[in-house]
Amino acid sequence: MSNLKIEKGSSRRSAYDLRDPNADTIERHTLAVIVDNEAGVLARVIGLFSGRGYNIESLTVAEIDHTGHTSRITIVTTGTPAIIDQIKAQLGRIVPVHEVHDLTVEGASVERELALFKVSGEGDKRVEALRLADIFRANVVDSTLKNFTFEITGSPEKIDAFADLMRPLGLTEMARTGVAALARG
Amino acid sequence: MTQPITGAQMVVQALKDQGVDVVFGYPGGAVLPIYDEIFLQNEIKHVLVRHEQAAVHAAEGYARSTGKVGVALVTSGPGATNAVTGLTDALMDSIPIIVLSGQVPTFMIGNDAFQEADTVGITRPCTKHNWLVKETDALSGVIHEAFHVARSGRPGPVLVDIPKDVQFAAGTYTPKVKANTSRYQPKVKGDPEMLSRLAEAIATAKRPIIYSGGGVINSGPAASQLLRELVDETGFPITSTLMGLGAYPASGEKWLGMLGMHGLYEANLAMHGCDLMINIGARFDDRITGRTQDFSPNSQKAHIDIDPSSINKVIRVDMPIIGDVGHVLEDLLRIWKSQGRKTDKAALSKWWAQIDEWRAVKCLEFKNSDTVIKPQYAMQRLEALTKDRDRYICTEVGQHQMWAAQYLGFEEPNRWMTSGGLGTMGYGQPASMGVQMAHPDALVINVAGEASWLMNMQEMGTMVQYRMPVKQFILNNERLGMVRQWQELLHGERYSQSWSEALPDFVKLAEAFGAKGIQCADPKDLDDAIKEMLDHDGPVIFDCLVEKHENCFPMIPSGEPHNKMLLPNAETQNQITAPGAVLV
Repeated sequence: MSNLKIEKGSSRRSAYDLRDPNADTIERHTLAVIVDNEAGVLARVIGLFSGRGYNIESLTVAEIDHTGHTSRITIVTTGTPAIIDQIKAQLGRIVPVHEVHDLTVEGASVERELALFKVSGEGDKRVEALRLADIFRANVVDSTLKNFTFEITGSPEKIDAFADLMRPLGLTEMARTGVAALARG
Repeated sequence: MTQPITGAQMVVQALKDQGVDVVFGYPGGAVLPIYDEIFLQNEIKHVLVRHEQAAVHAAEGYARSTGKVGVALVTSGPGATNAVTGLTDALMDSIPIIVLSGQVPTFMIGNDAFQEADTVGITRPCTKHNWLVKETDALSGVIHEAFHVARSGRPGPVLVDIPKDVQFAAGTYTPKVKANTSRYQPKVKGDPEMLSRLAEAIATAKRPIIYSGGGVINSGPAASQLLRELVDETGFPITSTLMGLGAYPASGEKWLGMLGMHGLYEANLAMHGCDLMINIGARFDDRITGRTQDFSPNSQKAHIDIDPSSINKVIRVDMPIIGDVGHVLEDLLRIWKSQGRKTDKAALSKWWAQIDEWRAVKCLEFKNSDTVIKPQYAMQRLEALTKDRDRYICTEVGQHQMWAAQYLGFEEPNRWMTSGGLGTMGYGQPASMGVQMAHPDALVINVAGEASWLMNMQEMGTMVQYRMPVKQFILNNERLGMVRQWQELLHGERYSQSWSEALPDFVKLAEAFGAKGIQCADPKDLDDAIKEMLDHDGPVIFDCLVEKHENCFPMIPSGEPHNKMLLPNAETQNQITAPGAVLV
């Protein structure tokens, strides 16, 4: 709970003091939520978002401590500053939730996403796809005579850009993992 | 306790260790092992309700009137789904209850077995937390943790789903002291710096108001005492939400009455005109705020709440203080006294003069009648004839609920049980059973409307079986009164489906259940009839035939701010604007 902007027991540093309370601009925030890895915990988190009408842009979850059985859920969400604060406070209320970090306001962070692309093509298109993949530092993880499967890691924007380039070159299938993020330093 | 015991034995043992003396429930296939253990002991009394919804409301009534955790026991499938309304009600009103539900055996879960339902899935959004216990060894620890979660922080309902094979199997019992409660430990102490700021604001306030809520009652009797001390110390006027009635005595001179949609004129105008609002354990519910953009526009606002998500959810506040009301008020009073601060007496007397002008409007006056019982008059007489007794009041939901809140006076906390947040018709009758079980010698009255009352009328059987002398005081207008009122105000007097054409004869109904029935239609007979009800040692259905078309005033029409109240005898046409009409 230590990094909630509205701290339990002290709200001196409530988000009210940090940002314009009347702003109705939609912000994109990346939240890292540390939870007990128990049955139903993901349903609780997702149910909170659907039940209260909040957005989920992406969500990733995996156990990060196999002895303590804690998982890290990384959620990219959008909303007004007031809604973002509500989301964090509501997450903090869930019993198996230990910590809620707003990586977007807690200083610099790194965000990475992994994606697999299947690109089918022949001749020049096939060569061009391979050349662009090289520029984007995408790896070929599978190839047949008709298609390549690329693996690319990077910010969501980089993956979007790569997808835009691959589309005219024969992009047939894509799988994205959603964002994993950590605070810098 | 090292010897293995069965899961069913664990349930009963854990309830005993938690100090449970009464369980409200209904047996069924998936809880039979637990019922067998209940049969084999005498410490915990089981009350057989007639519908699982009633078991949960009864547990709520028990919890609200004692401050302890209420317990309900239901079977799988329909037993659990019937508990959903009660769980949601308890979640909205922050009532600590625990529902133990049976489940089909673990090896049948997911097979669409007989009376199988995904109980933890269904109840996830309407509990504070819930558990499906798949191993007997974990069962007692989970039950102890469930009690801890229900009563700690902002109280609420929890559910433990126990498959039948887990009840039969043997395992090791975890005593209460060894149960893991460490992961849920909400902070109870407020931020001292913010408390200092609040003390300063109290000292400089010219038009202050204290707005208290159910959080004061949930915090325990000490919090109500501290609230009274704060009012005495500052001389500030105090109003309260529906849920908070009784925390400050209705006879206290600083009491302005309830606020909100059907609150008192002086309370709502003081909220609108104040320069310092101290919200203590309330949540700026929409019944309170009216139009939020115009809510108390010129005030600094402090908000004391144990739940961080209540802060800035509806109304932006200047001084958020997250903590338990009791702890926060204790610290606030200590800071206030140690700093030797004084309030602005001159400004306060001017403010009180203004409030007295509003009070002079006498917003609760109504036109009485010699020939027909006005519901307000019935409430006044009930108050006059019962206020000196050891009295607990429950209500259903609707006009009668608001009249009870307006015309009955509550001197102590935990004496008023009503469904506030969810507005559950059918709440009051089973809740009154829970109250009576907790306080066998007290006078328990359920003020009801006939429509709400019929929603759980089967519970008369429970009351008769367990000799609970609860008085069902029904204000019978043969209408869904509040619906009818809104249709009059909002839908051009088209009374769509708000008239109950075939009501039972309530006196005969009482007799059919083996209870006493009284009917009263003449205002001249009312006092004697109420006395007859009070003198009867047993459950009574009191059918009070009242004026059929009475509206409940004062009222803030939906979508309007506090200062646009309708007073009694107000013009009722076209009071709600198109944007207001979409609100409930």
